Amino acid sequence: MPPERRARLALVVLTVLVLAAVAAFMTLGVRGNWDFVLKFRGMKLAGLVLVAHAVAISTVLFQTVTANRILTPSIMGFDALYVLTSTVLVAVLGSAALAQQDARLLFAAKVALMVGCSMALYRWLFLGEERSLHRLLLIGVVFGIFLRTLAEFVQRLLDPNEFMVLSDMLFASFGTIEPVLMGIGWGLTALVTLWVARNARRLDVIGLGRPIAVNLGIRWRREVLMVLAMVSVLVSVSTALVGPVTFFGLLAVSLAHLAVGTSRHAVLLPAASLVAILLLVAGQTVLERAFAFNTALGIVIEFFGGVVFILLLLAGGRR
Amino acid sequence: MRLGRRGNLPLLAAFLLTAALACTSLMVGVSDLSLAALAAGDDRAWLVLWESRVPRMLALVLSGASMAIAGLLMQIVIRNRFVEPSTVGTVEAAGMGLLVMTLLAPGAPVIVKMAVGAVFAMAGTGLFLLILRRVPLRDQMMVPLIGIILTGVLQAVTTFFAYRADLMQTVLAWTQGDLSGVLRGRYELLWLGAAVAGLAWITADRFTLAGLGRDMAASLGLAHGRVVGLGLAIVSLVTAVVVVTVGIIPFLGLIVPNLVSLALGDNMRRAVPWVAVSGAGLVLGCDILGRTLRAPYEIPVGTILGVIGSLVFLILLLRRRADAA
Repeated sequence: MPPERRARLALVVLTVLVLAAVAAFMTLGVRGNWDFVLKFRGMKLAGLVLVAHAVAISTVLFQTVTANRILTPSIMGFDALYVLTSTVLVAVLGSAALAQQDARLLFAAKVALMVGCSMALYRWLFLGEERSLHRLLLIGVVFGIFLRTLAEFVQRLLDPNEFMVLSDMLFASFGTIEPVLMGIGWGLTALVTLWVARNARRLDVIGLGRPIAVNLGIRWRREVLMVLAMVSVLVSVSTALVGPVTFFGLLAVSLAHLAVGTSRHAVLLPAASLVAILLLVAGQTVLERAFAFNTALGIVIEFFGGVVFILLLLAGGRR
Repeated sequence: MRLGRRGNLPLLAAFLLTAALACTSLMVGVSDLSLAALAAGDDRAWLVLWESRVPRMLALVLSGASMAIAGLLMQIVIRNRFVEPSTVGTVEAAGMGLLVMTLLAPGAPVIVKMAVGAVFAMAGTGLFLLILRRVPLRDQMMVPLIGIILTGVLQAVTTFFAYRADLMQTVLAWTQGDLSGVLRGRYELLWLGAAVAGLAWITADRFTLAGLGRDMAASLGLAHGRVVGLGLAIVSLVTAVVVVTVGIIPFLGLIVPNLVSLALGDNMRRAVPWVAVSGAGLVLGCDILGRTLRAPYEIPVGTILGVIGSLVFLILLLRRRADAA
């Protein structure tokens, strides 16, 4: 089959599967008032789709810029950085001051802080000299652990009352998606998606690696820092809604690569997004309906994502 | 290699420093305990000292020293500087064993739970070694990387079942090294762990030889497989004891031996006393910090060591830039 047709076919199949999963999610096991159920589940669905899309796009962007299929923002500690910046914000401002603020305004401030911090901490990853991949991964993983434990440490330093406020905000999960931030989350993600869609071809060129891309007229530094900012925004959105999920992006994008067999962004981006939505919506449906679990989805994803990561590492080693 | 008297002087200094930290540890806490009250023979003061402060100090010293030795042993046997029980799945597997015991036989005595935890810890370490066999070139960075991810995978399994059985609280108690619950009668198992770690000291030369690699060790007349097995059994047992009594103390076994070997080189027999003393000292220091920073609340020693440990680990990784292939 010619690659173009294969990719198109894959996208069509994925779309059909996603629609089926959405239908199952919305209608299976409904008892009682349909109006209420549809509204309630619709809200949840909107959250799942948003998170899936944000994680998928951020992962693809990150892998394009690092010319790599195994690095993802969450593996390199971006999620943990968001948790840490939020924690520090609460620690500095105090929960009383925060309670009077609009939750959306506060979220905008956190995103801005996150973008700034990631620019400061991660630019070496994109602009620095090339290093051994495994070393880079290990540094990223340990850096993530460091940020996470540091956040935990700061939380422990807080007054227990302040900590309660914070834990409400930080321990979001797939079962309890924060509804207040849905609007602004969708807005930000839509803006980023628009930018990505307009720049899909440019991203193809960036994916060729620095020397070729610069030769073809890409202003590397500018473009790369722009991508980094976009990634930070998307990570903020997904982490604020469901908390840190380390391996989901890796899982979704690896499967998307398998499905479409091309790195062209015009195909890969929608495919990754569809795969991610399918995983989350179908996974949540199965767990809720078949096993009566509500918040275990994150755990299941971590398990399979971790296994995929180890397999990818071993496959890379054999080549 | 024997050290002269002068060589032992710094070790003595380190020992005295750790002893000073141990004495400080006795005097820190919510309940007022003054030397004056002790000297006056105040019953309450002596009660606090014997029932709470001394057990806690001993638990810190024993768990710190034995985890640091376990880390050193694992690094020598696996031949990688960046492994330790909490980064290759040993600790998580021990926790999984404890969870299984809590689910199946909640009434079992703690020593039985510990034994099952040790068996699981060995199995987890074995799984890690099996995966390592598929790594053709022993990439120095890839070994700990796979270990950390495997830890996450094992953790996901444990969390899943704990969540199912409503045991998240219990699991949290193991995953967070916390000594606030240590009283007389609740820590004595750690003596066993320290004794097992002491066994590693006595047999240190074998492990040093095993650390030279299978072929070299065999040509020197060493049953390589058996020594490696013994080493990992010791590590698993120590890990299970520490996890069941005080919880995970992350990165301790990684940073202490690395810092010691930066100063002393790789002879295990020479390094063990240093590692034991500095491990105990570091845990004592972190615990004192945790008890004073936010008094009267406590910050668990696991949290503080998590921050310090991951930071030192990062620095170790970054400073190897020059010699990393």
